[in-house]
Amino acid sequence: MPIEQVDTPSEIPYIQILDQDGNVDEELEPQIPSSDLVDLYRTMVKSRKFDERRMKLQRQGRIGTFAPSHGQEAAQLGSIYATRDDDWFVQSYRELTANLWRGLEVEDDLLYAAGYEHGMELTGEENQTPIAIPIASQTCHATGIAWASKLKGNDRVTITYFGDGSTSEGDFHEAMNFAGVFETPTVFLCQNNQWAISVPRERQTASDTLAQKAHAYGMPGIQVDGNDILGVYHATKRAVDRARAGDGPTMIEAITYRMNVHTTADDPTKYRDEEDVEPWRERDPIDRFRTYLLEKDVLDEGDHDTIEEEVTEEIAEAVETFEDKAEELGDPEDMFDFAYSDEPPYLAQQREEFTDYWDRHDVWGDHHG
Amino acid sequence: MCGVITMAKATQLTQDVETSEMTMVEAICEAHDQELARDDRVMIMGEDVGWDGGIFRATDGLVETYGEDRVVDTPLAETGIIGTAVGLAINGMRPVPELQFSGFSYQAFHQIESHLARFRKRTQGGMNVPVTIRMPYGAGVRALEHHSESRETYWIHTPGLTVVIPRSPQQTWAYLKASIRSEDPVVFLEPKALYRKFREPVPEEDVDTDQLPDIGPAQVLEEGEDVTVVAFGHMLYRTRQAVAELEEEHDISATVIDLPTVSPLDSETIVDSVEDTGRCVVVQEAHRTLGIASEISARIMDEAVLHLEAPVKRVTAPDVQTPLLAREQAYMPDVPRIKEGIVETVDF
Repeated sequence: MPIEQVDTPSEIPYIQILDQDGNVDEELEPQIPSSDLVDLYRTMVKSRKFDERRMKLQRQGRIGTFAPSHGQEAAQLGSIYATRDDDWFVQSYRELTANLWRGLEVEDDLLYAAGYEHGMELTGEENQTPIAIPIASQTCHATGIAWASKLKGNDRVTITYFGDGSTSEGDFHEAMNFAGVFETPTVFLCQNNQWAISVPRERQTASDTLAQKAHAYGMPGIQVDGNDILGVYHATKRAVDRARAGDGPTMIEAITYRMNVHTTADDPTKYRDEEDVEPWRERDPIDRFRTYLLEKDVLDEGDHDTIEEEVTEEIAEAVETFEDKAEELGDPEDMFDFAYSDEPPYLAQQREEFTDYWDRHDVWGDHHG
Repeated sequence: MCGVITMAKATQLTQDVETSEMTMVEAICEAHDQELARDDRVMIMGEDVGWDGGIFRATDGLVETYGEDRVVDTPLAETGIIGTAVGLAINGMRPVPELQFSGFSYQAFHQIESHLARFRKRTQGGMNVPVTIRMPYGAGVRALEHHSESRETYWIHTPGLTVVIPRSPQQTWAYLKASIRSEDPVVFLEPKALYRKFREPVPEEDVDTDQLPDIGPAQVLEEGEDVTVVAFGHMLYRTRQAVAELEEEHDISATVIDLPTVSPLDSETIVDSVEDTGRCVVVQEAHRTLGIASEISARIMDEAVLHLEAPVKRVTAPDVQTPLLAREQAYMPDVPRIKEGIVETVDF
């Protein structure tokens, strides 16, 4: 018997609309209203400025560890902009830019980073999940959330974010597999930023692309220039429309770069050289988008300066609001809240025991209400 | 085999209902059926739960009635099952996933520990994840490696989880229904050695939530003067046999307390009893170190040490890897060992 070849999909489309020199593929150029273009630009700038500001706050000890978005603003914003406000947004922990677009208040982000869960108070009405730290674990939730939308008969899509490292985790494969089997309206948005802390992309997998993993689960995989906001928007919009039409999930690999540390606890000089990073500076997603907006006359240099000043001022105000809120939240007793829907008697007893101790010793000083 | 009875002890039922004689596994199936009929948000999911009816038949016939969207055969992947159940619950469903054996739950451990148990806390009370994970646990059915463990401590040690271990068909029916309706995530551990051990009348009709037990309180099954004996699940079955024999043979009068909810633990009921009897024996199938018996012992030390006439006795399995089937009966506390523990404590 001759050996036959089994046909499987192997082609992965690669999309780029706006290249790093500012050239635009006019055929694919999305028609985004000017006011949205300005809002998107403002959000990118705010994200970058806030990353810089919170880095300083962390170095001053005013907040704890966090993971900056620096360099990945277009990958996050182009994709979240392609969703509807009532679509579900299931994040990892590096999605500041997408969160800002979804309405996250800067002071709440700081509150969370300073160790107060209050910064992530959610009711479900927001159509988003909180930060998920165990790598890729949230992708399973995204499949489940999308599955529920399908069962309930609504047309909401779920988009989930994760990184190149996540594609090595079992959770990612199980989430993709369930999504394929149950044809859930899920968009898997992989931000391939080339680094999982110190481990480079080529050490995660021998696959030529991350996107091709989609084929194993019976869904399309797309690669896109992750620093091209127009390309990311175009690719995600296709995937979102497909999901909304009931045609199932898609995986998108947005190729980008982690320009800064993994988190503030990380020192990249231990494992990568400045010359690795340098080419990516020329591909900066914000610079590229600004060039596009200036060319299109949506923005002029004066507007750019005004936006920078405005977001810097907004962030400064939010830092003050955050510090006031943190001050008000001094009492540690709320660690007992929400453990169970009804507090069991032994836990009520422990609440009393610990608050009594904290009161007697005034360990929390003026913060303790 | 229908009858009208009152089963206040196991179920908190005060109204009369139509019943039929069921095994524990039939009671699980009946509870599923009633909850699926009652609430559109309830869905069963897991490996072989659909057309096969579950490997133990706990979901037998349900897919025919409720369809493949509500009784879902999933891919063979525990992380995927629990992880998607978390997502389904976030978006308004009430999933009841089955893991085929508790020995395979570790492949979903991080989804349970890191997400299921933490979600309400993380969102400051905004998002509940009402998932009831059912898993057969424990030894005694001559199964393979990984099919016989009692590892309830893993779940008890995770704040935010409710851990239920029923002792009988009636109690299983009542607590499974109450768990599915609970806003808290529940790990529902089924003592599979009791799956077909005996029958009891189990309600064939749905009841309102106020007719179902509160999850949490311990249940005093027998009142006695000499010693307090605490057990749950399969060991409760053996313990009652041991207590009955001791009453007959040695005239020992024991209070027997069942813990249908091992977490949150109702230590108050136990401590109240120990204040009267001065002696306590806890029987658990799990190995000794850091088992629930250790916690009960510690709480008695906290609350009732001056009432004690004897050390708190832990009748448990040894601290070794759960052996294969040739040794499982020697490993688990059996009736003579439970009796010896009680006598030793009474004679101390």
